[in-house]
Amino acid sequence: MNDDAMNEIVQEFLVETNENLDQLDQDLVALESDPTSRELLGSVFRTIHTVKGTTGFLGFGLLEGLSHAAENLLSDLRDGRLGLTKERTDVLLEVVDAIRALLSAIEATGAEDDRDLSGLIARINVLQQDAEPVVAEAAHAEPVVAGAAHAEPVVAGAAHAEPHRSAGERSVRVDVDLLDSMMSQVGELVLARNQVSAHVEMIDNLALHQTVQRLSMIVSELQEGVMKTRMQPVEQLWSKLPRVIRDLAAQFDKLVSLEMEGGETELDRSLLEAVKDPLTHLVRNAIDHAIEQPDARIAAGKPATGTLALRASHEGGQVVLEVADDGAGIDPAKIAAKALERGLVSKGELDSMSEREVVDLIFRAGFSTAQSVTNVSGRGVGMDVVRTNVERIGGTVDLSSTPGTGTTFRIKIPLTLAIIPALLVGCREQRYAIPQANLLEMVQLRSDGASSDIERIGGALVYRLRGKLLPLVRLDETLGFAPLAADEQPEAVSIVVLQADGLLLGVAVDEVFGTEEIVVKPLGRHVKQVPLFAGATILGDGGVALILDVIGLAAAARVEEVTAGLALSSDLADDEDRSLERSTFVLLRVGRDRRVAVPLKAVARLEEAPASSVEQAGNGRVLQYRGDLLPLVALSEILDTACEDAPVEADGVPASIPVVVYSDGERHLGLVASEILDIVEGVFEVRPVGAGPGILGSTVVHGHVTDVLDVDAAFALAGKEPERVA
Amino acid sequence: MSPEQNHAAGGDATAQYCTFKVDHLLIGIEVWRVQEVIRHQPMTHVPLAPKEVRGLINLRGQIVTAIDVRQWLGLPGRSDGASSMNVVLRLNDEAISLLVDEAGEVVEPAADTHEGVPSTASGQIRTMFSGTYKLDGALLLVLDTESVTRISGENGAGAAHSATRRAS
Repeated sequence: MNDDAMNEIVQEFLVETNENLDQLDQDLVALESDPTSRELLGSVFRTIHTVKGTTGFLGFGLLEGLSHAAENLLSDLRDGRLGLTKERTDVLLEVVDAIRALLSAIEATGAEDDRDLSGLIARINVLQQDAEPVVAEAAHAEPVVAGAAHAEPVVAGAAHAEPHRSAGERSVRVDVDLLDSMMSQVGELVLARNQVSAHVEMIDNLALHQTVQRLSMIVSELQEGVMKTRMQPVEQLWSKLPRVIRDLAAQFDKLVSLEMEGGETELDRSLLEAVKDPLTHLVRNAIDHAIEQPDARIAAGKPATGTLALRASHEGGQVVLEVADDGAGIDPAKIAAKALERGLVSKGELDSMSEREVVDLIFRAGFSTAQSVTNVSGRGVGMDVVRTNVERIGGTVDLSSTPGTGTTFRIKIPLTLAIIPALLVGCREQRYAIPQANLLEMVQLRSDGASSDIERIGGALVYRLRGKLLPLVRLDETLGFAPLAADEQPEAVSIVVLQADGLLLGVAVDEVFGTEEIVVKPLGRHVKQVPLFAGATILGDGGVALILDVIGLAAAARVEEVTAGLALSSDLADDEDRSLERSTFVLLRVGRDRRVAVPLKAVARLEEAPASSVEQAGNGRVLQYRGDLLPLVALSEILDTACEDAPVEADGVPASIPVVVYSDGERHLGLVASEILDIVEGVFEVRPVGAGPGILGSTVVHGHVTDVLDVDAAFALAGKEPERVA
Repeated sequence: MSPEQNHAAGGDATAQYCTFKVDHLLIGIEVWRVQEVIRHQPMTHVPLAPKEVRGLINLRGQIVTAIDVRQWLGLPGRSDGASSMNVVLRLNDEAISLLVDEAGEVVEPAADTHEGVPSTASGQIRTMFSGTYKLDGALLLVLDTESVTRISGENGAGAAHSATRRAS
């Protein structure tokens, strides 16, 4: 036999044996909970037996000797002459580790290294000797029986063959590189198809159209088929975890049972590879930090054995992977203290953060809750790396945690990265692609009507979408284009509502063209530095379009902080307990430096009204507003602020005045401020300092003492019960 | 054997250069670095990219970044309607196109006409070019192709202008 043929056999042996070892790990751990399962024992036996046979043939003496010893022990276990004890499981797992180590030595050097396995083999033999009294007479079933057992696997194999093993006969091994290159070729084919379709549109030939349509269909099917070949069940990723969990639990003296659900969910293999480390890290964390010691669990009224659940499922074109534990949960107070200690946030920032935002701090770089560096979680790989790794493949991670009850991490990732459906939008005569996974909805506004729905708060734009304020960025501004002159404004503005990283974002674009399947291509080094672009693609007409990175967009527009709160406010509304603690305020300036917070809840609109449209009616002032009259209340009157720039005063008034419009559906009322500063959300402790008529008290926002307005009392005080406006 | 190895093995004894005109400058690029020279292509502008990046072109399904050599050198832009050529280089597995005014012939200058870049040239020039050759009636500036990878949009535009006049 020549060297090449031999190498090929060794390679095949390595691949196959490594797979079998993963199965062994699982089987052995499963055996612990079901020590008498003949099926599992048979499976373990067969695997070791195969290793022994092949290594003997290939001349790997150490492997052969080790697997022979293990096989003898397994043979006794399988035939019931010995019972499976923890010691025996341990030694068998050790065998698996030793085989693995030898395999990697063979892979690296082509030969076994010169490790000494005699100790391990001796221990196997000892464990084989001290049989339980009941079956003592059978304990001396050595070489002869073991030899006889060699014939058995055939029968056992036939009887207990697991479905996924026999499937091996109907499948072939394909080199991963070949699959990758097929995938990229199919990508090119899809592009070429799109281009042909675009050109054919202009040709009036029925036969040609039909042929192209058929071609198009075949290409789509081919694409789907090739994509499927790259799909692997999540199970594959999970297969190593039972062993990891068993070892970790033993190391920390914790009891952990593992539940797996949805392992058949399939995912592109490159993505599977990419989430492997984040997932393992989450599992390690759960056992190291989350699940308590058995006595602590019992004291907390929970079963001594903690549960770690791995779940996988499809959700709208994405795969959701969950790691859930029923451990101690994450204590926001501890996180806050740690973040403060590490200097990640200031006291002021913490005060304005919601509980959820505080918990999210664990994803910040430089944060690690490990009290001391353990050899499990404290490897310098923090949750920030988990998040970065997941986001790199277009996914998101978030977590929900209830102190005392447990924590659930959710990783959401796209099915595949190679070909994605995308929305094409236009901005300044150029097309951009937005991955459809990020797309929630589209809204079209005519320019003349748009101005009243798009408002500016501080420096940021917001759009009121079905009563909720949506942070908005103008794509042209974000891309650095100078604003258009008034007469160049497009007739209509489209708002594309996107979701990324748990936040909602509106992007105003000039035009929306529709969707197209695009092949994501990497950007060159010079363009890669722009965080707004995730890649580029070639469109049907041969033109190049940049793919927008939604997280980059949000970051560029610096909307994250504002939005985290806005996006959350809807979730929190459902949660009675927390909505009591949390609130969202519109922050106003009154007079020169007085700050007032008014609850956002009842705010219908934020307006800049021309000062000229304010008129005197009866004993109050009103604003002509949408064909109606809106009663106005100046905050400066309520606050009794000497107000140099009181905007409603007749002389020297600014051209426009900021008005916060309150509404309860029928009644409207306008609060006049000097400036609308911001929208803030968080837990604000209102202290009775400065409380008085119309003022509930004060709190601290962004480091400034801020009065909190009592809206109802303020109306009453001003003698203006909100009036009915027909 | 990769072009790099090939090049190293061949040594510098008889180097061949593709020549290109950019404004008043004659620029040479080692022949083995040049993948192809193509006429002007439709280009997609990349907002916020370094100013030297003129756009992206579709080169038979591959997306290639086009660098405007005039912008890079800090020279005035091409007048309207003036044509340009794409010189596509292969650099560390990435194709990059250099936009030049026109392509010239391949020259094989005598080794003894080689000189370093004048020390009076600006820093920008010295980072871009690795040496010069005195040709008949022209000075050939040899582009250090690796410097293309270092473009970051922070070069002092205009600084190059006066210095290049001195060099030519």
